Amino acid sequence: MSSRHLAKEQPENFKFSAAGEKQVKYWLKKYPKTKQRSAVIPMLWIAQKDNGGWLPEAAMRVIGDRLDMAYIRVLEVATFYTMFNLRPVGKHLIQVCGTTPCMLRGSGDLIKICQSRIGSAGKVSDDGLFSWMEVECLGACVNAPMVQISNKDGDHYYEDLDENSMNDLLDELASGKAPLPGPRVDRITSAPIGENLTLLDPSLFDGSKAKKLKTIPNAPAKSKPKPTKKKAATKKEVVKKTATKKGAK
Amino acid sequence: MLADKDRIFTNLYGREDWRLPAAKKRGCWNGTGDFLGLGPDWIVDQIKASGLRGRGGAGFPTGLKWSFMPKEVGKRPHYLVVNADESEPGTCKDRDMMRHDPHLLLEGCLIASFAMKAHVAYIYLRGEYVFERERLQAAVDEAYAAGLIGKNACGSGWDFDVFVHHGAGAYICGEETALLESLEGKKGQPRLKPPFPANAGLYGCPTTVNNVESIAVTGTILRRGAEWFSSFGRPGNVGTKVYCISGHVNKPCNVEETMSIPLKELIETHAGGVRGGWENLKAVIPGGSSVPCLPRDVCDTVLMDFDALKEHKSGLGTAGVIVMDQSTDMVQAITRLAYFYKHESCGQCTPCREGTGWMWRVLTRMCEGKAQMSEIDLLLDVSQQIEGHTICALGDAAAWPVQGLIRHFRHEIEDKINRYRVGKSIHQVAAE
Repeated sequence: MSSRHLAKEQPENFKFSAAGEKQVKYWLKKYPKTKQRSAVIPMLWIAQKDNGGWLPEAAMRVIGDRLDMAYIRVLEVATFYTMFNLRPVGKHLIQVCGTTPCMLRGSGDLIKICQSRIGSAGKVSDDGLFSWMEVECLGACVNAPMVQISNKDGDHYYEDLDENSMNDLLDELASGKAPLPGPRVDRITSAPIGENLTLLDPSLFDGSKAKKLKTIPNAPAKSKPKPTKKKAATKKEVVKKTATKKGAK
Repeated sequence: MLADKDRIFTNLYGREDWRLPAAKKRGCWNGTGDFLGLGPDWIVDQIKASGLRGRGGAGFPTGLKWSFMPKEVGKRPHYLVVNADESEPGTCKDRDMMRHDPHLLLEGCLIASFAMKAHVAYIYLRGEYVFERERLQAAVDEAYAAGLIGKNACGSGWDFDVFVHHGAGAYICGEETALLESLEGKKGQPRLKPPFPANAGLYGCPTTVNNVESIAVTGTILRRGAEWFSSFGRPGNVGTKVYCISGHVNKPCNVEETMSIPLKELIETHAGGVRGGWENLKAVIPGGSSVPCLPRDVCDTVLMDFDALKEHKSGLGTAGVIVMDQSTDMVQAITRLAYFYKHESCGQCTPCREGTGWMWRVLTRMCEGKAQMSEIDLLLDVSQQIEGHTICALGDAAAWPVQGLIRHFRHEIEDKINRYRVGKSIHQVAAE
């Protein structure tokens, strides 16, 4: 378990921004009318984004009121989930994955760079630009070591890092650029570096797989002719639907 | 090597477009409406016949799981919940499926929901996968616009809605009942079973929770036939599987291969071999951080499937293969995992909440050799006290890597303790 507490200095009020409010409404629609508290995590996340990357207590109260939840229930959620930052963070929050697969490939070096360039974990640098923390597995293990950087541009993964590329990444951020997410070595996402052995057969991509199935494997004998009719009907219906939609617009 | 024509995830690396027209060209959504026309029972029978076992770690037969849902819809609606809270260290397969082949997942959601008479599916992504969530949502919007989901999905007469939901960084929410708690807007603390989710799951309604991969393969299984899928691998361990190969290999990657492929072949063919050659291998964690490690002599011959790895007291888990070469400090590698479990324990059951922290503290001392020899057995004993004494499997998952370490690399801990004692009197050591 990780022990987490609220920051001592808290703003008195919190209000969702116009964009945030729009998002809140969008999320609330996803859940049944009587189960609106399901939206508590997405709403806390939106509030955190609206508040410059950290979650003040006032936001939890606002959300509690909106969802008709006791404040303590919202606080419970906010302190349980580690992506909610309960104290201020830098403009760029560097989250270094330190779990074993990344550790084996050198996340320790990335942590040292953060320590020497930014300072101790959780502290915001004097210029307010950076703060960093070690996080648990971010689920990009074949692209280890990696970091996730949260800032106003979003939350992006930077993968296949080493000391040089990590330093470059921090330089780019410091100079106000928005670095391109993804691997920092010559590879496509999670594919192996260099020559690829798989997914080279052109027939996978030339449309031959999209041809109508002649038979459905193991379909019961009786209903075999049925699907063809249904399929035709499906197509027509889809066409009609899109047509009416366009017309309505 | 698995032939390209038999691969399910044909855009695993995102070299092609993820959008609907390109996905359709690759065969996705082909005939989906026809499958639904053959009825829910036919679909469940096909999935049962294919021998598909859950891809999230436990390996429970997927078709059987679906058949646990009530046959008729009563007062309470049915739900499908897709577990995309991929957080097991060493595993990153669902991420690729969601960002590069999202339509395979959505097609699978429709098929599975129809088979279980659910009108609504929630896909629960881990909070960190922001990009993947946005991509998946875009795919959902495309599918709605094309009439593939929504009212009268694929012309089947079945109304079906998909909602993308997200968490906020809790590993425990990968446990199905914790995931449901989280989806209901609570702390992700696992529920006692029974009642199982098929009776009382999301909002107290019948629910089935499946891994992304288990759901995403169903469309292709129906298209190609159950026999096709079960022709790969050994009996009881059939199909294709996406493996994630990380750690000390030359070319870490995700790759789809047949089940029961020899571990050595998997690493050498697809991941460019172990750094410094096979001889330089020390250990492999074959199924994500929760399963015990295997020493090299076992890795020489072991097959990658549920039963073969179980015979060696490990497991296939999520098939996240973590490779460690001779330069690895095994004690430190496992200590880092112990820290992970300490950090991620939800705090509900005492053996896990207290035990994970205790194990981590002892292992941290052992990393430096600051321990008594007797503490190795004590550690083993405590790990066995945690195992099986908690509501969910996180306690087991925390105990197994430690047990694997002691089973195969006890000598490394002993060496560290011995080295620390060299040149120190008994009193000096005892005083610490």
